[in-house]
Amino acid sequence: MNLKTRFIQPGIPIWRDIRFLRIFSQVIFLILLLSLLGYLTNNMLAAMRQVGLGLGFSFLKLTSGFDIGEHLISFDRSSTYLRAFQVGLLNTALVSFLGIILSTIIGVLVGVSRLSRNLLIQILARAYIEFLRNIPLLVLLIFVYTGIFLKLPRINQAASVLGGVLLTNRGIAIPWGIPTSTYSAFLFILAFDFIVSSLVAVYLIRLGRRTGRAPLTWLWTLLIFLFIALLGWFLLPGSPMILEKPAVQGLRIAGGRQLTPEFMALLAGLVIYTSAFIADVVRAGLQSVSKGQVEAARAIGLNNFQVLRLVVFPQALRVIIPPLTSHYLNLAKNSSLAVAIGYPDLFSVSGTVLNQSGRAVEVIVLVMAIYLLISLLTSLFMNWYNSRIRFVER
Amino acid sequence: MTQALTSSPSVILPPPTERYTLLGWIYKNLFNPWYNSLLTLLAVAVIYAISKPVLVWTFNQARWDVVTVNMRLLMVGQYPLDQIWRVWLCLHLLAAIAGLSWGIWIHGYRTVGILMLASLLGLGFHPGLSTSSHGHLIALMVIALIGFTLGRLGGRRIQRSVINLWLIYFPVVILIVRGLTPGSGWFQVVPTNLWGGLLLTFLLTVVGILFSFPLGILLALGRRSKLPIIRWVSVGYIELIRGVPLVTILFMAQIMLPLFLPTGMTIDRVLRAMVGIILFTAAYQAENIRGGLQAIPFGQYEAAHALGLNGLHTTTFIIMPQALRNVIPVLVGQFIALYKDTSLVAIVGLLDLLGISRSIVSQPQFIGLQRETYLFVTVIYWVFSYLMAHLSQRLEAALGVGER
Repeated sequence: MNLKTRFIQPGIPIWRDIRFLRIFSQVIFLILLLSLLGYLTNNMLAAMRQVGLGLGFSFLKLTSGFDIGEHLISFDRSSTYLRAFQVGLLNTALVSFLGIILSTIIGVLVGVSRLSRNLLIQILARAYIEFLRNIPLLVLLIFVYTGIFLKLPRINQAASVLGGVLLTNRGIAIPWGIPTSTYSAFLFILAFDFIVSSLVAVYLIRLGRRTGRAPLTWLWTLLIFLFIALLGWFLLPGSPMILEKPAVQGLRIAGGRQLTPEFMALLAGLVIYTSAFIADVVRAGLQSVSKGQVEAARAIGLNNFQVLRLVVFPQALRVIIPPLTSHYLNLAKNSSLAVAIGYPDLFSVSGTVLNQSGRAVEVIVLVMAIYLLISLLTSLFMNWYNSRIRFVER
Repeated sequence: MTQALTSSPSVILPPPTERYTLLGWIYKNLFNPWYNSLLTLLAVAVIYAISKPVLVWTFNQARWDVVTVNMRLLMVGQYPLDQIWRVWLCLHLLAAIAGLSWGIWIHGYRTVGILMLASLLGLGFHPGLSTSSHGHLIALMVIALIGFTLGRLGGRRIQRSVINLWLIYFPVVILIVRGLTPGSGWFQVVPTNLWGGLLLTFLLTVVGILFSFPLGILLALGRRSKLPIIRWVSVGYIELIRGVPLVTILFMAQIMLPLFLPTGMTIDRVLRAMVGIILFTAAYQAENIRGGLQAIPFGQYEAAHALGLNGLHTTTFIIMPQALRNVIPVLVGQFIALYKDTSLVAIVGLLDLLGISRSIVSQPQFIGLQRETYLFVTVIYWVFSYLMAHLSQRLEAALGVGER
């Protein structure tokens, strides 16, 4: 009796007790939600039973029976659906990886140009950003694909530019290194080189911490890496790679590395589009560093380069990283537009799988799960990085 | 000496303004440190290398007839010819309301306004268009001008009613385009599979904005709710949707939505795409609105509580108006993104502006004219997106958004 009076205050009827109402409303909400989902699922199962389909992922082990134009791992008609998904995922990963690197480089360049003191450069950068931010990516992709890469000369009139790059409407061929007998020895040297330069980097960072004078860690590490690599290249009895230039042979291109127009168009479109957004992020980040910081840094005698490296950039980075993450994620998600120009990325391949196997629900669930996983992993990594640079700052 | 010192404080000189001769200005902005000269040369070379072939192609080699011949398809798709007056009616209403708003809020910005009117006038005498289009275009210009004058005269007094007009306008447009009476009356229902071109693009955008907004508010409130189940469901939905590309959601809407419905009930393809777009945008809007909600200081809740308002009243009258006002720029940005994203419905086979231009370039007499067609489409997307972005900036300044 005593216990009861302590929990339910006298005088408040149960339908006005806030604690009861909270639980009650949640239960009602949950019941409504679950019954809606149950109703929809029930309808779906009924509809699928009518056409004689069950649910289940066992179809992934079946033979796919279709070909994929570009594959990083071996794939042919007798491979399974699961293998097809892997091929698509790898293609998506390739395009996203290259796209993120290239769009970051171009984006930073344009973003810095946007703040240039040179009026003409500034106007050019501004036009680039304003134009690309206001058009849909899909239109850009289709234009780049059908209007530029498919309009390149025919294969027998292939245009050769930049010392050996062949431009044709069936793809672009670039010179590519062919490994020779000393290639594996060179790989060992590179591995050794990597360890040495990492040790140097660790030493330099420690040195910087101890003396309080930040050395140019990245620059020295890179220089040492390049130096040992070059040394190994020339000390080996034969050079580990020879450069092979592509050449037209009849109606096909032989040698070099051949890139399909679909791949090139997707990569170019994604990079151009995303770089405009990254440029804006970079500009905003640089502008967010207050002028007083720059003036103070000059006053204590830092030169222009040091002001950028030690004062402006670390502070701008804090503003830049969060939106940059979301643009990287957007790039990865936007690579699914490859389906419009026929590059076999994850989404495009799963479309083919869907048509071949008829397993609509399973394929869509699988694709969404994979994209969700990619997004979550990327944002986890970037959040970790973000918290790290913030920690260094404070 | 002393006299000069004592008398001088009354004369406060303004700070010196920078004055340059034309040559001096050019020197300062283009050639000042030596490396800037190199950059200028580089920029000139880039501009020349890009603009020369583009201009030559545009005026000498391009066959623009693919655009002029297919103009109606690009604008309204296969919307029945005898019902096109309804689309024009929507445009006339838009011109009136836009003119009014321009007169009330947007002072200055004259060049853009004059450019818009001039382009209407130019199209109004363009030989490639039909006579009725000419009449409508001229009428558009006149209506916009009348609206502008009324807005100028009315000023702040009619602000509220014009905002209401905007709110009413969009549902009315959907009603006018869709029609009411089945069969073949003067206001017959036009099935959605006949909607196409720019009209479909706009309608997808408008429906997306109208319905994703309230859903976004609910999700944002749900995410900040103290009730764990409601919060988890909202968080799960938002993160799920934001983690996958729009095209997978459109695909899901096309393929799985019919499966979810009870047997015998069908849902047409445009509606499926709309559902996909709404579900997608709502998740993003929820995050934007949550940003606004987080900026509200806790004192506002406490003050509302002290006044005796209950939870619903606190949210609708105190919190939401402030939260939304803070994030208007972000919300508008999201709507512009939505407008651009509607082009993705072309992938699932709808004939929006992009979809219909893809079928135009496959017509036998226009084969190989992808550049012309897609360039025209690009320009249309760009013009409206740019206008929306910059007018909204202007409007935000006029409404004092973000200032507290």
